[in-house]
Amino acid sequence: MTYDLAVIGAGPAGASATIEAAKAGLDTVLIDEQRAAGGQVWRAKGPAIKAAPATPEGKTGDRLRAALAAVTADRHFSARVWDIERHTDGFRISAISPTGALTIETRAVLLAGGAQERVFAVPGWTLPGVIGLGAATALMKEQLVLPGNRVIVAGVGPLLSFVAHEIIRNGGKVAAVVDLNPLSVWLRCLPDLIGSPGLLVRGAWWRLRLWAAGVAYFHECGIRSIEGDRAVSRVTIGAVDANWCPLGAATQTYDADAVCLGHGLAPATEASRLLGADHQYDGGQGGWKPVTDDVGRTTVPGLFVAGDGAGVQGAAAAQLQGRISALAIAEDLGLLTTREWRRRSAPLILRIGKAQRFGRAMTALTIPRPGLIEAIAPDTLVCRCEGLSRHDIEAEIRAGANWPNAIKSGTRCGMGPCGGRYCTETVTELACRITGKTPGEFGIPTARPPLRPVPIGCLSGEFDYDDLPIPPPAPL
Amino acid sequence: MQHRPRIQKGVSRAATVRFVIDGIELDAPAGESLAAALMAAGIGTIRHGPMDGQPRSVFCLIGLCQECLVEIDGMQIEACRVNVSAGMQVNRLRPMDPIKP
Ligand SMILES: Cc1cc2nc3c(=O)[nH]c(=O)nc-3n(C[C@H](O)[C@H](O)[C@H](O)COP(=O)(O)OP(=O)(O)OC[C@H]3O[C@@H](n4cnc5c(N)ncnc54)[C@H](O)[C@@H]3O)c2cc1C
Ligand code: FES
Repeated sequence: MTYDLAVIGAGPAGASATIEAAKAGLDTVLIDEQRAAGGQVWRAKGPAIKAAPATPEGKTGDRLRAALAAVTADRHFSARVWDIERHTDGFRISAISPTGALTIETRAVLLAGGAQERVFAVPGWTLPGVIGLGAATALMKEQLVLPGNRVIVAGVGPLLSFVAHEIIRNGGKVAAVVDLNPLSVWLRCLPDLIGSPGLLVRGAWWRLRLWAAGVAYFHECGIRSIEGDRAVSRVTIGAVDANWCPLGAATQTYDADAVCLGHGLAPATEASRLLGADHQYDGGQGGWKPVTDDVGRTTVPGLFVAGDGAGVQGAAAAQLQGRISALAIAEDLGLLTTREWRRRSAPLILRIGKAQRFGRAMTALTIPRPGLIEAIAPDTLVCRCEGLSRHDIEAEIRAGANWPNAIKSGTRCGMGPCGGRYCTETVTELACRITGKTPGEFGIPTARPPLRPVPIGCLSGEFDYDDLPIPPPAPL
Repeated sequence: MQHRPRIQKGVSRAATVRFVIDGIELDAPAGESLAAALMAAGIGTIRHGPMDGQPRSVFCLIGLCQECLVEIDGMQIEACRVNVSAGMQVNRLRPMDPIKP
């Protein structure tokens, strides 16, 4: 059968969109690689957890999961979408689930794949014990395991205080929080935050709790190095200037067995790039994002994007965007009259402004600055998969490979199993410095299937890894 | 690496099961992600950098970075996307094993 709508991603955007679409009478299918709906922010607890104290995120997630359970829509969890093809009547989606390969035909697609975490390299970041800030949220929310015994929480953005607060709330120890931003940037964005008092109060509460617990919170400070023999044991920090460039000698060294490190989020654009949608660079929304209209229509007919994947604006905005997009799709497919679309979407459109203002203010705190590159030593690995240092990549750029795709072909940087998720931005920045171009001028690297790593272990039956139609790299 | 603490306050977990990694027997609640179980057991190195040979461990915990790849039943899979089950046999990749996906 052919669905009216396939929603990829069951986070705040995708789950809310599915509910709205089902209510509007669309034959809808929802696909997510996680075991349950909730996305990154409202992720469900893992099957090992039988009972745990309620948290605000957990409760919101439970409400969303209950609302989703009450509507009629097909759903596939633990299913990774690895390819989407467009044809004359719609789209064909290929996914891999525990029960085998899955092919879904649909008239319209809503991409609700969220964001990906941005982590810039610092010396020692590949040591066991260093995880992403987002990774720490996943570990604590889903597995109820702490990232370490004495943790350094470092980087930029709102996840810093959330992660540090979660660690101490759950009985762990935070050695220090190391924030590249000055406190003044937080105060400066207050006007954008007061429209969402609930979220503002929560953020302030985390800071207050950290302060009351005596956790050292350093502003205008960055990691100089992470050291240890086969695992993290020491972290050295030092001041940074307004560009986040290291300033003066290192100031402190902490004994720590874990580091949670993150520099904001970027829209996950692999699917929209694969389908050939136009993209634009907007540092204030996490970097490259698909070009969309107000309701999430991309430049590809039938393809919509909602949530962080359309520009990082946070969960509250994602939820509203998802619902608005679902209604717009229903109207496009002729299942809602224009009048009905207006009636249902108007209250959502009214509310979304405040949520977007809040989300954008948070994302703006994390716009990368030159110091992130300055902090990378020549021998620090930038491409974790292919083991390439900053020096290796710069040598390649100087030798004439001045575009991310060209660097890929020369060194295999960005072609490793992670799909270039953790190095592409750094490589682009390095290339910009050497060539004097801007990220916008370089353009966005091309995407090819598979969209997700598809380990052999996920495949079963007659379907074999060798059957995966992975085309050879396109000529440059 | 030191054991990563499991949050205990108010939390109840599934019954403990035994699994094996490289011949070492470990216990973890049934259904815990293998990545979390290895962290809780203090297993630091999950694999080695494919080109540099340096120790690596979980990094993204959402199945993207591939730093936690292990072998189960002869197939490579991310430890952060597998649940622990009784008798599960896990092998770490040898330092320079090629990554297949
Ligand atoms: C690792 C991480 C941790 C985060 N933690 C927090 C937090 O603690 N608090 C907070 O306020 N914000 C957090 N954020 C930001 C948060 O994700 C967003 O603000 C919000 O969840 C966006 O909602 P969304 O619906 O757009 O996307 P998400 O919530 O990210 O949902 C996207 C969903 O799509 C699925 N998906 C993506 N690609 C595929 C594919 N190819 N196949 C199948 N499924 C796919 C994912 O599994 C996910 O469930 C985090 C972000 C990341 C990346
Ligand atoms: S920790 Fe990144 S894939 Fe498992």
